[in-house]
Amino acid sequence: MNYTQQNSPIHEALLRQKKSRIVPFDVPGHKGGRGTPELTEFLGLDCLKVDVNSSKPMDNLIHPVSVIKAAEELAAEAFGAEAAFFMVNGTTAAVQAMIMSTCKAGEKIIIPRNVHRSSINALVVCGAIPVYINPGVNHKLGIPLGMSIDEIKKAIIDNPDAKAIFVNNPTYYGICSNLKEIVALAHQNGMRVLVDEAHGVHFSFGEELPVSAMAAGADMAAASMHKTGGSLTQSSFLLCGKDVDPGYVRQIINLTQTTSGSYLLLSSLDLARKNMMQNGKEIIRKTIALAEYARSEVNNIGGYYAFSSELIDNDTIYDFDRTKLSIHTADIGLAGIEVFDLLRDEYDIQIEFGDIGNILAIITAGDRAFEIERLVSALAEIKRRYQKDKVGMLNHEYLDPVVVLTPQKAFYSDKKQVSLKDSVNHISGEFVMCYPPGIPILAPGERITQDIIDYIIYAKSKGSVLTGPKDMKVERISVVD
Amino acid sequence: MELWFTEHHTEHVNFSLKVKEQLVNRQSDFQHIAVMDTYEFGRILTLDGFLMVTEKDEFIYHDMIVHVPMATNPAIKKVLVIGAGDGGTIRELTRYQSIEQIDMVEIDSMVVDVCREYLPQTACKLDDPRVNIFFEDGLKFIRRRVNEYDLIIVDSTDPFGPGEGLFTKEFYGNCFKALNDTGILVNQHESTFYDEYIEAMKKAHQKLKETFKVAKVYQAHIPTYPSGHWLFGFASKAFDPIDDLQEEKWNALGLKTKYYNTNLHRGSFALPNYVKEQLNEYE
Repeated sequence: MNYTQQNSPIHEALLRQKKSRIVPFDVPGHKGGRGTPELTEFLGLDCLKVDVNSSKPMDNLIHPVSVIKAAEELAAEAFGAEAAFFMVNGTTAAVQAMIMSTCKAGEKIIIPRNVHRSSINALVVCGAIPVYINPGVNHKLGIPLGMSIDEIKKAIIDNPDAKAIFVNNPTYYGICSNLKEIVALAHQNGMRVLVDEAHGVHFSFGEELPVSAMAAGADMAAASMHKTGGSLTQSSFLLCGKDVDPGYVRQIINLTQTTSGSYLLLSSLDLARKNMMQNGKEIIRKTIALAEYARSEVNNIGGYYAFSSELIDNDTIYDFDRTKLSIHTADIGLAGIEVFDLLRDEYDIQIEFGDIGNILAIITAGDRAFEIERLVSALAEIKRRYQKDKVGMLNHEYLDPVVVLTPQKAFYSDKKQVSLKDSVNHISGEFVMCYPPGIPILAPGERITQDIIDYIIYAKSKGSVLTGPKDMKVERISVVD
Repeated sequence: MELWFTEHHTEHVNFSLKVKEQLVNRQSDFQHIAVMDTYEFGRILTLDGFLMVTEKDEFIYHDMIVHVPMATNPAIKKVLVIGAGDGGTIRELTRYQSIEQIDMVEIDSMVVDVCREYLPQTACKLDDPRVNIFFEDGLKFIRRRVNEYDLIIVDSTDPFGPGEGLFTKEFYGNCFKALNDTGILVNQHESTFYDEYIEAMKKAHQKLKETFKVAKVYQAHIPTYPSGHWLFGFASKAFDPIDDLQEEKWNALGLKTKYYNTNLHRGSFALPNYVKEQLNEYE
C-alpha cells in the first residue's frame, strides 16, 4: 500500500482491528477491557479496545515490517530524516539510544554539562567518557545557555578522538546553539552530532522557528513528540541522518526498550505526526502569537522579565524558540520555584517548572486567550502580594563541575554515605538535581564543592524537589569511598 | 405545534418555557446567543443554552445587584460593571444622578448588539453619556486599573465558559487593587441548592474572604434561575452592608423599585441554615 502524509498507518490498522471483531486469546489479559470494568469505565471502552498486542496485522515494534514500518517511514519523511524510530520508553530512551549507538565504553563524547539526566545516565550505562563543555551562562538571568563555537573548537583540538558532539537544542528555556556550524565542525573532524531535541520537536513543522536538528544536518536527534507535538506522554521519536546505520540503531534500541510497545502510544505518535504535517504551520503560528502576547503582558506588569529573541548574540544564544514563555522572577525578590508554588497553591495554575531565578510556562495551540489572561493576572497578583527585597537571593544557576571519575566508574565504585553538609571535597557517587528541570547539579564522579552544597541547601529551602540520591530527603549523599 | 425552550438545571431536572417565536439564533466568537419570545416570561436571552435574562423576572436580579451596594454607600461615583451585556445593571445604575462614570466591560460585543435590538427593556440606557463600553476580557481590563473605582459589579455568566476567569482568585485580587479604600465588589454568586453548583459557590466565597475585609453573601428569589434561589456576594474594604446601610439617605432618593427595599436589604443577608453551613465549611 502507498501511504502519504495524509495517512496514519498504525491508527488505520487499529481501526481495522476494532472492526474485525477478532477473538483474543493473547495478551493483554483485560481482553478489550472486559476483564477490568473499573479501568474500562475510567479510561473508556474505545481506549481499552485498541490496547492490543503485536500481531500479524498490527506489526511488531522490535521488528517492523508492515504498518509500523510505514508509519516510521512517514515520520522520517515528516522530519526530513533518513530513518525514524517510534519510541515508547520516553525521550530518555531515545537519548540513550543515540549515545549508545555512537559511543562504546571508554570512548569520548563532547557534551555540555547542562544536559538532562538521561544523557549522563547513558554514560553510566555504556561507559563512555564525557568531555564537558561549559555552557555559556547569562549572569543576569542565572541560566545556562547554548554551546559556544570557540569552546567546541577547543574541545575538538584537545580530544580529536571524540566520537560525537552532543547538543541540547533548544534548552528547556528555548535557547539554541549554532547547530549548522557545530555540524560542519563535527563532520570535518569525523565526529557525529547528536541532538537532544526534546523541547524542540515543533521546529520541524512551523515557520519562523530555529532550525531543526535534521534540517541542520545532525546525525541523530531525540524528538520528544509528547512535549509540544501532541502525542501521549512517554512517546517519542528517534531520528537518524544519512550516515547512520538504522539496522544497528534498532539493535541498540532493542537492548533496553520493551518488547510490548503500547499501541496507544504508537498510534498517538502516528496521529500527532499527521496532525503536525497537516496543521503544524497554523498550530505554531497560533502558539507564537499567544506566547508573544503573554510575554508583552508579563513585561508590562514590571519586575518580571519574560525574555525572548532580544537575547540573541550569535554565539551561546544563537537563536531563541519564541513558543516558550520563560520568565525571570528574581527581580521581584521571589525564586522561580516560589512563584511556581504560589501559582499552583494559590491560583490553581500549574506551570512546567520553576528554578532559582526563573519559571517556564509551556504554551501550545491547546491554550486559549482566556488561560493566558489568568496566568498574566495571577503573576500580577503575585507581584502585588508577595514582592520582596531581592537581598539574599542566590543568583547563579550553573556551577562548573570538577570531573574526577567517569560517571560509570563513580556510579559502580564502593561508596559510603556522608552528611551533605560534611561532603566537601568528596567525589559524588550519585546524581543530585532539581526535578524538573532534571539538569544535574552533581553527577557521579564530580568533586563536591562548598558552592554546590550551598546551592543544594538553598534550592531545598526555596521548595525545589530534589531528586537523585539514595537518601530521598537529600540530607546524606553517597560518595566514592 | 408546540415549541419549548428547555434548560437542564441538573442532569435530572429540566426547566421549560413555551416559546412563541425564536428571534435570534447566532454564534459569536465566544458563545451561542439566542433570543426567544415566550408566553409566560416575555422575551428571554440565552447564552450557550443557559437562561440569562427574561423580561418578566429580570427586575429582581438587577435590583439586587445594584441597589444593595448603592444603599450601603450612596456616595458612589465611579462604577465598573463586568459582563452585563443585556444592560439591565446599567439601567439601574443610571437612575442615580450622583454616579458620574460607569465603565462597562463585556467580552462579547454580539451580546450587546443583540440586546440593543431585541431587549430594549434592559438595554435602554446603554447610550447614557456616563456609560463607556469596553469590549474585552474583564480579567485583562482590570489588571491595568489601580485605586480607581468606588464599586465593581460582576454581572457574569456561570463559572464554566467565558465567565470562568471572573471566579478566580487572581480576578478578585485584581478587583481589590482596582478599588479605592472604601471600594465595594458585588458579584453574582451562583446557588447552592443543587450539588453541582455548590463547589463553585463555596470556592468563590472563600477566595473573596481571603481577599477582602468584609465578605458576605445575600440572596434573592429568581424564578427562572436553577432552584429559584440565587446568591450574590458582597465584598468590601470598609463598608458592612448592614451596619453601614444608609436607609434614610437611600429612601430619600425616592427611587421606585419593584423588588428592592431597605427592609428586604437587611433580610436578604439572613441566609437559610443549609447555605450557612456550606459557607462555613471553609471557615
